[in-house]
Amino acid sequence: MRELVILSGKGGTGKTSLTAAFASMAANKVVCDADVDAADLHLLAQPQVRMITDFMGGGIARIREESCSQCGTCRDLCRFAAIDEQLVINPLHCEGCGVCVDLCPEGAIDFPIQKCGEWFISDSKYGPMVHARLGIAEENSGKLVSLVRKEARNLAEEQGCDLLITDGPPGIGCPVIAAISGATALVIVVEPTVSGLHDMIRVAELASHFKIPGMICINKFDLNLELSAAITEVAAKRNMEVLGMVPFDPIFVHAMVKGENIFEYGEDNKDSATLEAVRAIWEKIEGASVLNNMGVLDMKAVIR
Amino acid sequence: MIISVASGKGGTGKTTVSTNMAQALETELTFLDCDVEEPNAHLFLEPAISSSRQVETPVPEIQVEKCTQCRKCMDICRFNAIAVVGQQVLVFPELCHSCGGCMLVCPEGIITETGRELGVIEEGQRDKITFAHGKMRVGEAMAPPLIKEVRKATRAQGLTIIDAPPGTSCPVIAAIDGVDFVLMVTEPTPFGLHDLKLAVEAVKLLGISSGLVINRADLGNREVYAYAREQEIPILMEIPFDRRIAEVYSSGQSVVEAMPEWAEKFRELYHRIEAIVES
Repeated sequence: MRELVILSGKGGTGKTSLTAAFASMAANKVVCDADVDAADLHLLAQPQVRMITDFMGGGIARIREESCSQCGTCRDLCRFAAIDEQLVINPLHCEGCGVCVDLCPEGAIDFPIQKCGEWFISDSKYGPMVHARLGIAEENSGKLVSLVRKEARNLAEEQGCDLLITDGPPGIGCPVIAAISGATALVIVVEPTVSGLHDMIRVAELASHFKIPGMICINKFDLNLELSAAITEVAAKRNMEVLGMVPFDPIFVHAMVKGENIFEYGEDNKDSATLEAVRAIWEKIEGASVLNNMGVLDMKAVIR
Repeated sequence: MIISVASGKGGTGKTTVSTNMAQALETELTFLDCDVEEPNAHLFLEPAISSSRQVETPVPEIQVEKCTQCRKCMDICRFNAIAVVGQQVLVFPELCHSCGGCMLVCPEGIITETGRELGVIEEGQRDKITFAHGKMRVGEAMAPPLIKEVRKATRAQGLTIIDAPPGTSCPVIAAIDGVDFVLMVTEPTPFGLHDLKLAVEAVKLLGISSGLVINRADLGNREVYAYAREQEIPILMEIPFDRRIAEVYSSGQSVVEAMPEWAEKFRELYHRIEAIVES
């Protein structure tokens, strides 16, 4: 099983639009939306949900007033300032550590497990899809990302698919770490802006921290040719292949408005430079040595 | 007054709006970049950084040779950061949420705290703007403690502008909790609207008043306008798609410097927010 995770660091560089485009070209795959915080892939993939499962996160402390002796121990022990002077717990500040629960001298604090979201197995335009919705203002997004990826992997195995295409979240924190650990390779979508380059470097550092090979795809490259060149240079220094460059093209927005990927939308305009560029990038991804099941090192062994 | 600039979806123009509003105003103010995973505001504001300090969060250190393997620390830890395996006790500092529970329950009193690096906070100045941001260490998972630390630089009096991270989960909450106003920046596309709705839910949950900036207002469709009307969220500014703005942004210039005609519009935006907060 190979898993390709599409990332970016900076948000809004085109991860999801490109994930959908790649998914429309890939054969025998399962699609996974691991951006559980602000999931958008379903707007293009239009999944028919087959199964909904609750995602249970951690517990939240709740004081049983009738058993409380107002001693204030819970308030004093809480390091997250989640319990105020009147001994009222603010669930948004509660970290779910359970210290007050275990150390309340009256045993007056319950710790009910919370439903933090839902995850789905669906049939989408691109075949089987696993996706999720994290509840508003919830914690545990990393846990849900790990769960969604695990379920996508199981589904792929069940259905005999050998590729998982995962749309990742922005940033470099817990959901991103959860989205890339154990992945086969990353495609980092970068836009040629000073912030895009800055954020790409941080994702590239994260990728090398977890020893996962990354490839670069430059989107909207013609917005700033100088920075596109700078990105290419940084990629070369970090030994990351630049898969190709996609021009700035309103087709991405037009397709999104219609709930389509760029190939569906651009059907009548097959020779558009944008479609050609994205097609060529996918061919390179498919042929990339890091996604080769045998792996480059194995291949050498075979030849010898 | 504290204004947080947030969005739900990434890449809609949070940093563009927050930095340009800060630069357009002719008053002293504090700017806090709370997108600690991918801080970008410094690229546009270019503050002279005058101090940099490392921020740590406490994690347990166990004097293993004195441990009796009673497992009390392991049992209280909800984050699986401590494991007792046979005669050994193992600490996984990356998983620790710094609640201090293990230290409280250890009957031998052999747990003390050491630090795990969360990242650095840099502070500086650009003209009238007092600047601070957090840069999370690459490999660190938890953004909220560093965001809370950045927010300690909030100005006691006068204006503080916060550039929030994307999304709707705990890092965003840490960046908007307790502020006076949340300015949401969106784009009129299906992705923009979908994620805006989530952000609006989060803002409502916290009971903060809010307003909307629609960026690249002429790309996409009109649905976000209908949504704003229905939710009674005021649209405080519209920025049309302009390739020149995109290019100015791409090279790290500020819009109000490269295109001075925008300065007045960003000042108006601020005055609209001020009027809402004061009413």
